[in-house]
Amino acid sequence: MTASLPVLVRGSDSDVSNKMAAPIALHLEFGGGAELLFDGVKEHHVILPDQSEPWDMKQLLVWIRANLLKERPELFVQGDTVRPGILVLINDADWELMGELRYELQDQDNVVFISTLHGG
Amino acid sequence: MCQVDEEYNGQLEHVATPSVSKKCVKCKESTAVLIIRAVDAFCRCCFKEYFIHKFRAMLGKNRIIFPGEKVLLAVSGGPASSSMLSQVKEGLSRDAPKKLRFVPGIIHIDEGGASGQSMEDRRRAVAQVESVLRSSNYPYHIVYLEQVSCIKLQTGPSYKAAVDQFIQTNQNLHPDLFLENAWSHLSSLSMQEVQNGLSNPITPENTQALQRLFASVRTLTAKEDLLQTLRQHLILHTARTEGYTKVMMGDSCSRLAIKLLSNISLGRGASLAMDTGFSDSRYGDVVIVRPMRDYSSKEIAYYNRMFDVPSVFIPGLDTKAQDKASIQRLTESFVNKLQTDFPATVSTIYRTSEKLHTACPPQNTNSPTFDKCLMCACSLDTNAGESHCQMPATLDLKSLLCYSCRLTIKDMTAVDILPQYILAEAERKKRR
Repeated sequence: MTASLPVLVRGSDSDVSNKMAAPIALHLEFGGGAELLFDGVKEHHVILPDQSEPWDMKQLLVWIRANLLKERPELFVQGDTVRPGILVLINDADWELMGELRYELQDQDNVVFISTLHGG
Repeated sequence: MCQVDEEYNGQLEHVATPSVSKKCVKCKESTAVLIIRAVDAFCRCCFKEYFIHKFRAMLGKNRIIFPGEKVLLAVSGGPASSSMLSQVKEGLSRDAPKKLRFVPGIIHIDEGGASGQSMEDRRRAVAQVESVLRSSNYPYHIVYLEQVSCIKLQTGPSYKAAVDQFIQTNQNLHPDLFLENAWSHLSSLSMQEVQNGLSNPITPENTQALQRLFASVRTLTAKEDLLQTLRQHLILHTARTEGYTKVMMGDSCSRLAIKLLSNISLGRGASLAMDTGFSDSRYGDVVIVRPMRDYSSKEIAYYNRMFDVPSVFIPGLDTKAQDKASIQRLTESFVNKLQTDFPATVSTIYRTSEKLHTACPPQNTNSPTFDKCLMCACSLDTNAGESHCQMPATLDLKSLLCYSCRLTIKDMTAVDILPQYILAEAERKKRR
């Protein structure tokens, strides 16, 4: 039903299989009231552990829910994706342009979650 | 950053979707960074141009603000009102082509007393907002919700006496001069009255009175409605006493779509056009305009992020509330969910709201005041005998309220906790 969006991997010189196994460091930001669910902390530097499969946004959300979210998970994630009303930017671009949940994360990516809901 | 001509390995699937293109739809050169209105992808520069242009176009199209007019900007600190402030700064700046020409002032209302924030949190939030306001170099007024207990309407006995005295001493003046003097004298009078009660607006008594008021309201729906009413009254009062003839509110397209639907559920169907339209002239002397009503929440959030517009998040009554906690909350959740699957939802509601017009002739300032609701100032849509709700024993405000405000009052355990100015005005209207 939904058309597939291209899954993007940024090219580099190193071997593809090596890149998939490296741990990924990310800079996460929460704004618009979403930070309330993370003890009020807006910026987080995280390192995602090694795994054989590349990390995608869907897995990141699961990881955030398990490791960063302090309370009320239903106010941040609903089902597989973020709660409607939460805007997601990856490297300052709309995640709809990057494949949304299917975007594969790269080392040093910057992911921002901004709540546009009234009262956060 | 992803590039269109990048080489992909064979193992990746690459199915292009017609609705998502990587190039900006406007300049067709730069890479797009944002999708708005479901299909339009804009690059950073074109988006900025589009955003700024929309603000000017909104004001220019409606031609309601005159050069030199004093306009009060209602800035809550949230993204939309902060964005509005930045657009006003942009539009008034000297190097702007066809620059806007009005005289802005800013009001910020600290509602922490109603939402149960601690004094320390409130001070911190107000300080943050104040630093944003100060950087604009416009005069600003920080008002506390507690001040509703200090508002004196312009019909108190001391006011009347002062007016009489003024008329006596000035009756030989030329009529125009008389009026001008009268206006400035009267506004300074009201300010004085307000200030006399306001050496320190947040006294523990005032805060407690406010908390008692909101505690007496049983449902979150009614609380939010009451808060909205009180906020509106405070803004109006400040506008009147400081001489502003227009108030700019930062309601975005998304918020107005939600407001439209929730107002229907609240029983405010009769005033939908005024509540969600570009201009709201129900108060007569002060007109409320909504220049941000063409912007979706997404556009605003993105612009603020990209172009460093400072905004302050202040928790409110409905922060962390569940979806079903209030009608307003439920409507917001409904609209947002629908919007993710059907991205034309908000714009469709918005376009529908543009077609709404009030059926009865607009209220002019000469019409008798008992035709307007005591609290929300929309025309009364009920007859005194029609109401089916049980009013608390002490005061009978039924006949003075519209249907929706009656429902809000009905959710209160006691009506005499309402701010003094509302009760006084009710008394005055009843005596007519």
